[in-house]
Amino acid sequence: MDFWAWLILITKVLAIFVLFALGAIPLVLLERWILGRMQSRYGPHRVGWRGSLQSAADGLKLGIKEDMIPGKSDKGVYWFAPVMMVMPAMAAWAIVPFGPEVEMGRTIGLWVADLNVGILFFLAMGSLGVYGVVMSGWSSNSKYAHLGALRSSAQVISYELVMGLAVLAVIIYAGSLSLIDIVNAQAGLWFIVPQLIGFLLFIIAAVAETNRAPFDLPEAESELVAGFHVEYSGMRWAFFFMAEYANMLLMAALVATLFLGGWRGWTIPGLEALSGVIWFLLKVSLFMFGFFLLRATQPRFRYDQLMNFCWKILIPIGVVNLLIAAGLRMAWS
Amino acid sequence: MADNLETTVAFWYLAIAAVGAGALMLIARNPVHSAISLVIVIFHVAGLFVILGAGFLAVAQIAIYAGAIVVLFLFTLMMLDMRRLPEERVTHRQIWLGIPLGILLAIEGVVVSVGTPEISESIKGTFPPATVSELGGSTEALAVALFNEFTLPFLGASVLLTAATIGAIVLARRVETHEQADFPQAADASSSAEAPAEPVLEESAR
Repeated sequence: MDFWAWLILITKVLAIFVLFALGAIPLVLLERWILGRMQSRYGPHRVGWRGSLQSAADGLKLGIKEDMIPGKSDKGVYWFAPVMMVMPAMAAWAIVPFGPEVEMGRTIGLWVADLNVGILFFLAMGSLGVYGVVMSGWSSNSKYAHLGALRSSAQVISYELVMGLAVLAVIIYAGSLSLIDIVNAQAGLWFIVPQLIGFLLFIIAAVAETNRAPFDLPEAESELVAGFHVEYSGMRWAFFFMAEYANMLLMAALVATLFLGGWRGWTIPGLEALSGVIWFLLKVSLFMFGFFLLRATQPRFRYDQLMNFCWKILIPIGVVNLLIAAGLRMAWS
Repeated sequence: MADNLETTVAFWYLAIAAVGAGALMLIARNPVHSAISLVIVIFHVAGLFVILGAGFLAVAQIAIYAGAIVVLFLFTLMMLDMRRLPEERVTHRQIWLGIPLGILLAIEGVVVSVGTPEISESIKGTFPPATVSELGGSTEALAVALFNEFTLPFLGASVLLTAATIGAIVLARRVETHEQADFPQAADASSSAEAPAEPVLEESAR
């Protein structure tokens, strides 16, 4: 690798990092505005123009807050848990293709790495995310945090299987594990058409994996106070928050890539070079709005319902869907 | 191993970190710390697989071992009350047997890897790098090996794992319906509400 290749790589990594670090600020604001609208109340409306600086002010507040470490906590693990939360969420972004290759003196792909095992890398990083939850819950030495972590690890491990089954069906259609190849394989037909069931399974699993409503049992304000991160404060707490939003964005990006053709769409006149990225961002925004919509409208599941729903309904559907996908693929070729 | 500078640096970092975390896993007093160290070991060994060009193996290692198995360890450990664990010395009596055996193993390793180049030359396996690139990558090579040459062992392992899972479920259910354990037919036929009366009925029927 020459100097320019290194420079481009480092720029891409930094871009992902900035997106990750600052992405939560506008998203939280949007979420609160949308929730306010849907529940017939104002939402943030004091700081800045119509409350547009509310999230920035919250971020500042978190930054200068005292970093409390509970006296009876396991200090090392307690310190490391937010890192374990953030790291996989960020690493998984490396494989997401934001757009097609662009020419800027040299051919640059709008992704950090085109791994030939890309989608498996995403699943692996997703499965590492549970460590942050387990470690924070255990090390806090608090009953609420402990219960939240137990619920979360069981939930994430279970719904990971559903997600894996949905992804496997896509892999069977695309014939590749690379996300770039998967997007290219959807040139004619987006996978949402042949894989509608897989698409629905993936969305349900994505909401459960990110611990969002209606699957937000690990946090469950009304019963567990705030679940696994109840003891955290200041920037350390902000890390959990950032990881949650980065994971939501990641899931939205993955749904767009796996089922809605990624950056593919009609070329926008006047913006030929950027149309791929615009389409990708539009699709991601659609699913982010879906996350907010679910939170505004759906009541929380009961824990046994959550587990029954996963193991007795979703997983059998996923297996049958996978078998049908494999059968159809065999019939085609 | 040392193809270029980046690979060499990565290798030494990964190797040292993996061995270090492995040592931590063994000497940690707290089982949760041991489990976390084990995750770090798995992660760095996966990095070594990446250096060797086996991306699929690396990702599978992280997804299965770190993502599923050690999470289950942690899940179980979290249920334990750490304060009630026996306060024992980390180094047990086996140390007098362990140290000589360890030294012997280390010497063996050095002799095999350094002393006899013809042995390490001969263990190239079914898929040398040339064959792998011919098949289109390590993932494809693994698939070809699994579904052609080793189909029967692969299916055998699957059946074995399924049997083990079913066995575990059966054992777990036994514990749940403790009183009915000696009378499996009764346990199947009756609901748990009428369980106390059931064994008596069963005995008179015989």
